[in-house]
Parts: sequence; structure tokens; C-alpha cells
Amino acid sequence: MSKTRTNIMVCGGTGCLASDSEKVAKNLELIIKARGYEEEAKVIQTGCFGFCEQGPIVKIEPDNVFYVRVGPKDAKDIVDEHIVKGRKVERLLYKEPHHNKKIGKQEDMEFYKKQLRIALRNCGLINPEDIYEYIALGGYEALGKALTQMSRDEVVKEVKESGLRGRGGGGFPTGVKWEITKSQESEVKFIICNADEGDPGAFMDRSILEGDPHSVIEAMAIGGYAIGADKGIVYIRAEYPLAISRLKTAIKQSRELGLLGKNIFDSDFSFDIDIKFGAGAFVCGEETALINSCEGKRGEPDFKPPFPAQEGYWGHPTNVNNVETFANIPPIITKGSEWFSSIGTEKSKGTKVFALAGKINNVGLVEVPMGTTLREIIFDIGGGIQGGKKFKAVQTGGPSGGVITEEYLDTPIDYDSLLSIGSMMGSGGMIVMDETDNMVNIAKFYLEFTMDEACGKCAAGRIGTKRLYEILNKITSGKATMADLDALKQLSYMVKGSSLCGLCQTAPNPIISTMKHFWDEYLAFIKDVDHSQGEGEYDGAKNKDNLMLKA
Amino acid sequence: MKVKSLDELKKIREESLEKVNLREKGDVKGDKVEILVGMSTCGISSGARETLTEFIEEIDKSKINNIKVVPVGCIGYCHSEPTVQVNIPGQKPILYGNVKKDKVHEIFEKHLQNGEVVENMVLDIDFERA
Amino acid sequence: MAKDIGKGETQEKYESKKMINIEINHEELTVTEGITVLEASQKIGVKIPTLCHLDLEDLQLYNKTASCRVCMVELIDKNNNSRLVPACVTKAYDGMVIRTDTIKAITARRMAVELLLSNHPNECFTCPKNLECELQALAEELNVREIRWEGERMDYPKDLSSDAIVKDSNKCIYCRRCETACNEVQTCGILSGIGRGFDSFVGPAFNIPMVESSCTYCGQCVQVCPTAALTEMFHTDKVWKAIDDPDKHVIVQTAPAIRVALGELFGMEAGTIVTGKMVTALKRMGFDGVFDTDFGADLTIMEEASELIYRLENNKTLPILTNCCPAWVKFIEHQFPELIHVPSTCKSPHIMFGTIAKTYYAEKNNIDPDNIVVVSIMPCIAKKAEAKRPELTKDERNNVDIVITTRELGAMIKEAGINFKSLPDSEFDRPLGETTGASVIFGTAGGVIEAAVRTAYEWITGDELENVEFEQLRGMDGLRKATVQIGEKELRIGIASGLGNARIILEEIREGKSEYDAIEIMACPGGCIGGGGQPYHHGNREIIRKRKDAIYEEDRNKKIRKCHENPEIIKLYKEFLGKPFGDKAHKLLHTHFEARERI
Repeated sequence: MSKTRTNIMVCGGTGCLASDSEKVAKNLELIIKARGYEEEAKVIQTGCFGFCEQGPIVKIEPDNVFYVRVGPKDAKDIVDEHIVKGRKVERLLYKEPHHNKKIGKQEDMEFYKKQLRIALRNCGLINPEDIYEYIALGGYEALGKALTQMSRDEVVKEVKESGLRGRGGGGFPTGVKWEITKSQESEVKFIICNADEGDPGAFMDRSILEGDPHSVIEAMAIGGYAIGADKGIVYIRAEYPLAISRLKTAIKQSRELGLLGKNIFDSDFSFDIDIKFGAGAFVCGEETALINSCEGKRGEPDFKPPFPAQEGYWGHPTNVNNVETFANIPPIITKGSEWFSSIGTEKSKGTKVFALAGKINNVGLVEVPMGTTLREIIFDIGGGIQGGKKFKAVQTGGPSGGVITEEYLDTPIDYDSLLSIGSMMGSGGMIVMDETDNMVNIAKFYLEFTMDEACGKCAAGRIGTKRLYEILNKITSGKATMADLDALKQLSYMVKGSSLCGLCQTAPNPIISTMKHFWDEYLAFIKDVDHSQGEGEYDGAKNKDNLMLKA
Repeated sequence: MKVKSLDELKKIREESLEKVNLREKGDVKGDKVEILVGMSTCGISSGARETLTEFIEEIDKSKINNIKVVPVGCIGYCHSEPTVQVNIPGQKPILYGNVKKDKVHEIFEKHLQNGEVVENMVLDIDFERA
Repeated sequence: MAKDIGKGETQEKYESKKMINIEINHEELTVTEGITVLEASQKIGVKIPTLCHLDLEDLQLYNKTASCRVCMVELIDKNNNSRLVPACVTKAYDGMVIRTDTIKAITARRMAVELLLSNHPNECFTCPKNLECELQALAEELNVREIRWEGERMDYPKDLSSDAIVKDSNKCIYCRRCETACNEVQTCGILSGIGRGFDSFVGPAFNIPMVESSCTYCGQCVQVCPTAALTEMFHTDKVWKAIDDPDKHVIVQTAPAIRVALGELFGMEAGTIVTGKMVTALKRMGFDGVFDTDFGADLTIMEEASELIYRLENNKTLPILTNCCPAWVKFIEHQFPELIHVPSTCKSPHIMFGTIAKTYYAEKNNIDPDNIVVVSIMPCIAKKAEAKRPELTKDERNNVDIVITTRELGAMIKEAGINFKSLPDSEFDRPLGETTGASVIFGTAGGVIEAAVRTAYEWITGDELENVEFEQLRGMDGLRKATVQIGEKELRIGIASGLGNARIILEEIREGKSEYDAIEIMACPGGCIGGGGQPYHHGNREIIRKRKDAIYEEDRNKKIRKCHENPEIIKLYKEFLGKPFGDKAHKLLHTHFEARERI
């Protein structure tokens, strides 16, 4: 292994070559040698950074410093200042045109800064039905590395240290999940990919499976190796025919190249993948429900514990991860946990894909580092609100989340910050509402969804969501009294506290958060606001125990 | 053929690298031109399949034989589907948005035949790939 | 033979003997690791209500769906955060702090019942489960005084398609106990959740009518249903009408298991033998003859023992399977149609009784058989459907006309204003009320085969059997194996109660691995004493044990304890039937089965 500490990446793209980048590289090499740093710093010619008008570009890794318009004469300063002394060469840093502030890190630059694509890295770039294109971009090297150079423990450790958390909604640390499943003593284990995407407006998993199916296959094999499973299952909703067909093609191709099957990379490890189809029940995204469905049973959740990691598919230890989670695995293995954990916030590492929808200009998928603010996503990337209207709120976490208002737009978002402002990450749906949207109707919309999608197993979810919806309907039809608002509040907390699984435990969140932030809109529906019938004000989540008291 | 080692995999990678380099950086030698069409469910439902067919027909008509049409996944620009990326060796790849079937001829004629980018349809790629 | 136990439950539950300390309502206690909060609470006299939960080890019935949410308690973690957890499935861990008595917990429990009631017909007055309903009891226990969440209710038509089970889905609270009983205990696979969300209820696949399903009508679902979503089809009015018709000669027969359970409906201790009071009550109700199915049971043994000896001596199909149980017969017809030649061809005891009533008895008493109405009082729901089987209602002359359950009899006694507890004893009428101890034990699992052995032993060896009690054939296990030495021959006997156990035995037969000569099968766990038509046990298995003990006590009280020694039976063959297993007996007392589809 090389001891190289620093990589100096010099753009070797056509544009930069034309502006003398070759000479820059040569000078850098000479000076490094002269300073005796050739062991530590290495000059690498890279492909185009796509930023040709500022070329030649030099990037220092792992410092992630980005120099622009570097001439052959600047090589000396870069080596002497940056490499030897560890100081940035200010005059070569990129200047953002608007405020003349110099920015060094690549991600900070406006052109680049907003989006970083890890999970979506190959989407739109490679032909998903051609395994060679995936390999051309480094595909299956992570699997090869894991199988030939890493022990199972090392793989688990790498994922654990990367800080990757479940992208399906819960945010449970993936490495810990792998570790628990690995530690179970069992001859038979399974690894399942949860591709039962169901949040209204969220489609990142479909996009990954359609655009880069091999990344999921590779990751499942790595996971299988790590936890000791030789069988993988992709549980995918049957409404995704194209994703299914591409996944099938990809599995076939992987088998042909021996990347699935017996003794992969000539190791002792054998692994193969089956596809199971879901019938489009939202609740089957819950892992115990998903496993029941895989077994051919009714898709409804079971009480946990035991967790699937202990007793899952047909009673065997089973690890369930979401598509997007898996798509992050190969880069983590090839580039290392350190690289991954350098992205994001303290407790949420890496990036997250969001599906922007609603009253936003650039409807679509974006992938941003954790810690990006909602304002950046909605206004910089998303292009702001349609028709120049005023922003009112954004719902994250789909029907399980809550609304976030203007005052929180500058919160750097990650799993924990979203929870602290009354919403959640969820699978990454992001629905933007403008000043014309009525928030009671928004809550009703979500409740209608959860009511329809509740499996019916537990009384709180089955009847509770129905009654919540009915009260909301009564409110929006102008027939409700203050007492109905009280009832709505109280039932919301009951359903949240008493439901069996995450679906209905979170179902009242849209009500709770809209009541908190838009209480006036609820009151506006009440014809005669008679405070003797009810409280007439929202007393917030902090008093939820008191709400129970008032029963 | 089965891949038996990391080295074998890397060899395959080397052999396949050419075409992908063209996509990312426009950085390859040779004269092979590529048209990438976003063919995910979203793209297809916005007419990507018709767009792709139209490109193939244009190529047939023009009798140019160094252009390859590649179906790829989506890049998430739902607001501008169908999306098409034109990769010409030595040039920065250009991404076009809202390329319905009727826009194909213009792109083909201007960009692919005459090397002139159709500016009003260009989309900025606002992300970095890991 | 470990059965597929409910999810969340592990066999080795108590294998770990590690003791841990927990706190419930500020009281500290030491419990075995792995115990649930519900079980731990019971130790210190804290009652947590349950509804969906069932934990019946004897039955291997574990319903741990944690779906009703009426057992919510507060779990307080180290950081003093509290959350609600279901006590029935939440396992205790060292240092656990639980509060069951906070307003938060109490309210959550009450609101769960309130929600259930908001989607319930609330027609308690006219409901067949009035005062037997667990939901109703909970509403009282949890102090529900209003239902604040009125709204849409389920509105499904009642399924009255079968002559046995009524399915009223509007009363289904989706606890899934029936589903567990049907699928995991009985392995019939008829009932399962249908629909999604608010519309969910339990029924046969695609909600086809019960009569079109492969339901055996064993009634174990009815036994465990906490509400009236599943009940028997009531036929009491038909009985009153028949009694009221002066042209009809209405006679009644009571199955052996009734006499040890009927008292429960009148507040008597389970296992009280009320044979005499029952006969008195039936006479006061106006039946023209009060007889005993035990007579039919004695007759069954005459035929079945003969058939067994015939098969043994002539190297015919073995093992022989008893077929007194109509639910079991329907089970083999649907699930193992290729094996329908294996069971004995005998009619079941009450059907044999009906046949004899409409032939021998009619002739003897000079009554037009068409004017005879035979009413069977059975611990069973399946007997209702059995009586309507086409081969048993040939030429529209039913063998048995009306079947009612123990519970229906109880309702009729109450309706008639009879103070059951204070009734004097009476004797069954003769001749069809003359019975033996061997026929009484038909009411419990293992009894039929024991009765058969008592007779076969004497017939084969020619010796008198001194000790008639075969302890090896008794017990509560659902699947038992025993051998009985009969002369030279060692008879290998299998006993299965519960259709899940029956399935194991039938699979062995199908695979040619069966090592039995004779097998008794009863559909209900424990046999007829645990039948679907018996007073509700509400999950208390002690009741079943007490009924069993009473059955054996009744046997011991009998002077004659072998079927073939019943003088009226001997007379019946002499005067009317000829030889056991002979031509006339065959024509009248045997039947046939039909291969059916599995739906």
C-alpha cells in the first residue's frame, strides 16, 4: 500500500489540457520531488470536472480544496504553501461571482455545492442494462475488495464507521443492523432489499433500480457476505414493471459474470438474489410486514421484538435495508468510511435523495449532503415556488412527517433535526405548499392516504385513522365545533401512542404539526368559535400528557 | 466468462472505460458520438421512447454511422423530461431538457450535424457525482 | 411435533431461568427473564385487561397479535421518557419500570375500547353473546361511559349460508383468535383477514360463503371469539315449534359431554354432573321422550368393534379410524380425499340413534316415523351441518331433525322459566335411554377408543375384562400413542384431538408410515367436552379438565361399563338388527363419505 497522504488532482479534460494543464501537472510533480514529498503527495491527472471555463482546475484531496485558473507558475505556490505548510493559496481559490467571497471547498461553490450524488451516482449516466458500463465506473470493485481483501468484520466495521443510516425512513444505523444480524447464530440468514416504495411522491428507489440496478445487487452481495447470508431477496412492488425488468436483466448479467452465484471472486462466498413482488400495500414497507408478505402471508406488521435481525424470513435472522441505503454501500467500501463520514452532519452522514414535488418549480429528484438547508433545496435547487407565489410550508417524511414552516427553512436537515422540528426524514418525499394551500385540507389528504393504507391489524390504526379522517372531514365541511377540535387532538395522540407499527404511530403527525403551526386555519372552519366547548388554542406537543389527562 | 479476481474485473473495467469517459468528461479520442436518453418510467411516460425512436430514425436517414443511442436511467429532472445528453468527443457533454419527439430534428441537425449547441434547450447539470 | 407457534412466542420462553428485577407501579418484584409484563403484573395482583390475547398451552393456541391495544401500559425508560407498550407481548428486562395505573395508560386502554365500540353494532340486548361478550365486559371494566368517535361502521351482510356457523362480520373486532384457532390449531386454513384498514374483518378467502368453504364447522373459532362475530346458527325456535305441534312425537337425545358442562350455564362449578337435572328439565320442557345419545354410542361400538375385528381378521385396511366426529369427517373429505376409505363407515352415534328412533322405536311404539322429530343436544356445531348431509336425509326422512348446542339448551331452559339448580333428578326414558359407562366416555378424547377396546377385548379373547379402565388411553395431550394387549395381539392405538394433530396422523398414513391399528380422532382439542357448542370457556382451560374428570366419574358410577352388555342394545339386535355388522345393520347404521375440494 502506498503511503500517499495527499492527492493532487489535475484536470486532464480536453478543456483544461487546452489551457496548459499538462504543464501544471508536470511542474507540480517536479516541485514535489524537489521538496522530497513524492512519497506523500501524488499528482493525478483526472477527467474533466465539468467546469471548463475556470480551467485548468486543480483539486487537493482529501482536503477537498479546489483551485481554479491554475497556471504552470502556480505549481510552486501550491506545493510550498498547501502541501508543505498546509495553507490554502488564497488567490487561486474560486471566487463566487455574486459576493466575491472566496470559496475553497468544491461543494461550497454554487455551481457544485448543492448536490452531491452518491446513491444516484450512475443514474442517467450508464445504460442500466449493460453490466460493462457499470463495471467501467468501478462497479463490483467494492464487492471484489470486500471478498478478497476484507474480513466480514472489516466490512461491517467499515459500514458502521461510515455512519450510514437507513434511508427508508427510520434512520437506524445500517452498520449496527448488519452487526446484529451477523452476530446471530444461524446456519441460514437472509438479506432483503426493501423496494416497496410507497410514500406519495417519493420515487428515488425506482429511479435507482431503473437507472443503476447493479449498485443494489452489488451492495446486497456485500451485505450478504458481511452478515453471513447466501440468499438475497428484493421485495419490489409489482407496479414497477420497468424496475423489475431491469433488475432481472441485471441479475442475469451478474450471474453470467459470476458476480452472483457460487464462489464469487473465487472466494468461499456464494450468493444469489430472488425477486418477490408486492401488491402495492404501503404497510409492506414496514419490515415485519414486508417479511410476512414475502412468506406469502397477509402484509401486516408484527410486534417487535423479535426484530427481523433475530427472527425474520421464515424465522431466520434477516437484514432488511432500503434500496437507497444499499446504493450507498459500494462507494463506502471502495472509498472508505472516512470519505463517507466526511460528508454530512455529525450524526447523519452522507447524502439523502429527496423527491421534490408540489408547488415547486423544479419538480424532481435531488441528492444533497446531509446538513443542506431546506431553503437551499427548495429555492436554490428547486428553483423556488411556482408562479412566484409565497412559500407556506413543506411536508417532509411523506404521510408520516409533519409540515415545516418558513421559520425552520434554515435548519440544516438531517434525521435528528427534522424530528426536532416536528417532522421526519422518511423516505425523502418533499412536498412544497404555497400560500393558496389550506393546511387542514393538507392534513386531510394525508390522513386519507394513511387511512386507506393502514393494514387494519391494530384497533388504534384501523379505527383511529378512520375517525381522525372523519373528524377532519367534518371540520372542512364546516360542521365541526370546538369539541371536535379537542377530540381530534386527543385521538391524534392516542393513535400515535397506541398503534402497533410505525405507519399509524406516525399517521397523526400531519394533524399534530398543522394544528401546531396553523391553528388559525382550523379555527377558521369552526362556525361559532365557542370557547366553552373547547380550548380554542393549541397547547402543543409538550403538553401531550395533559391531553391524556383531559380524557 | 466468470470474473475470478479483482484484477480480472479491473481488466474488464479498462476495456469498458472508453465509452463512459465520453459521458462524464467528453474526454476520449476517436469520433464516437453518443446520445443518452433518460429512459426511466418518468421519462418514458413523458415520451422518451418516442424521442429515442425519432433519434434512431434521424440517424438512419442521415446515414451517419458513428452515433450510438444509449438508454439510461433518469437524472431526476422530472420538470424537464424527456432528457437527452449529447456526448461528442473532446467536447463538454450537453444535457437537453424537454426533448419531445418534435424537438429531435432540431437537436440532430444543429448539434450533431453542425456542432452547434441548441442553447435554449440546454439544462445545467447542477450536481456532482461521487 | 412442535406446532407452528405464534410469532413473537418462543418455545424456550422459560428455559432461561435468569431472575431479573423489575418495577410495576412502584412495587419491586423479581421475575424470570422473558416473562411478559402481563404475566409479571398478575403476580402482584395487578390486572391488565386483555382482549385479543390468548395463551392456551393445552390447546397450543397462542394468539399474540398485540392488535387490540387494550393492554397498553406505560414503560418508563432511564431518561424518564415514557411510552405506551402492549403488556401482553412486551417482555420484562432487568431494571424495567412499568406503570399500569397512570392516567395516560388508563386513558389509552379506555380509548382503545371506545374506538372498538365506535365500530360495533352495540346491540347488546339482542346479541347472542349478551353477558358472555368480552368486549362488553371490558367496556364495563374500563368505565367507558360515552363513545366520542362516532362515525361510519362496518356494514356487511350476515353469513347465514351454513346450517352451523353464523358469521356476523360487523361484530368482528379483528382480534384474529379465530384465525389462529382455525389455522394454527386446527390447520383448516379457512379463516383469515380480509380487506384492508377500516374494512378489515375475518372470513374465508375472498369472503365466499362459509358453506362453500372447506370449513369443518368444528366451532373452535366460535369458542374463542370474544364477541358475536362467530356464533352457532340458532335452532331453538324450531324445537319449541315441534314441541308445540300436537301431531309430532318429539324425542330428544343428549350427548355424553352435555351433562358435565350444562351446569356452568347456571352458575354451577365446572365439572358438576347434572344428568338428572337435565333429564328433568327436558321432561318439563315437553319432550315426548328423553333419551340418551349414549345409547347410540353403545350401538356405534357394537358396529365399530365388529368392523375393527373384521378388518383385523381379514387383513383389510388398517388402521381403522373412528368417525363419531362430523367435523373430523369433513376435514378428511376436504384435506385428505385420497384417504376417505380409511375411516370406519359407521354413522355417528346421534345419527344411529335417529335411525333407530325412526325405525325400531317407531315400529315398537306404532308411531308414523314421519311424525317423529328427533332433537339432538350436542356439544358441537358440526353436528348441525352433519344432520343436513344429503346421505343422512334420504327421502326427506332425516335421521336427526334438529340439532341444538349445550348453550342453546341452556337458553331454552332459561326461556322456559325452569330453575335448573333446584331441579330434582330424573332417569332417562327407556328403551333408548339405557346406557353404559363406556358410552359416557365418548365425551372426552380417548373415550371412543377405550369403549371399543373394552368390547373388542372380550370379543376377541372371549375372556372377561376385569379392569375396564385403560389409563394409557387417557390424558390431555392432543396426540397420544398407546398399546393394549388383547390376547396374542398387541393393539397399537393412536389418539388425536384437535385437527392439527389429526393432520399429523393422516400425513403418516398417507406416507405409509403409520404404525397404528386403530386411531381415534376428535376435531376439538380435548374431545367433545371442549366442543364448539359447549359453554364458553373464555380461555380457562381448567374448565375442560374438570369436565373430563367428571366424565370419567360418571363412567365409574355406571353399573354396566361395556357397550355390548347394554341389555337394550342386545335386545335391539335380537329383535330388529340381527348380527352386528350384518346386512340390516349395515344398511341402517353405516354410511359413506365423499371426496371434496379444498377451498
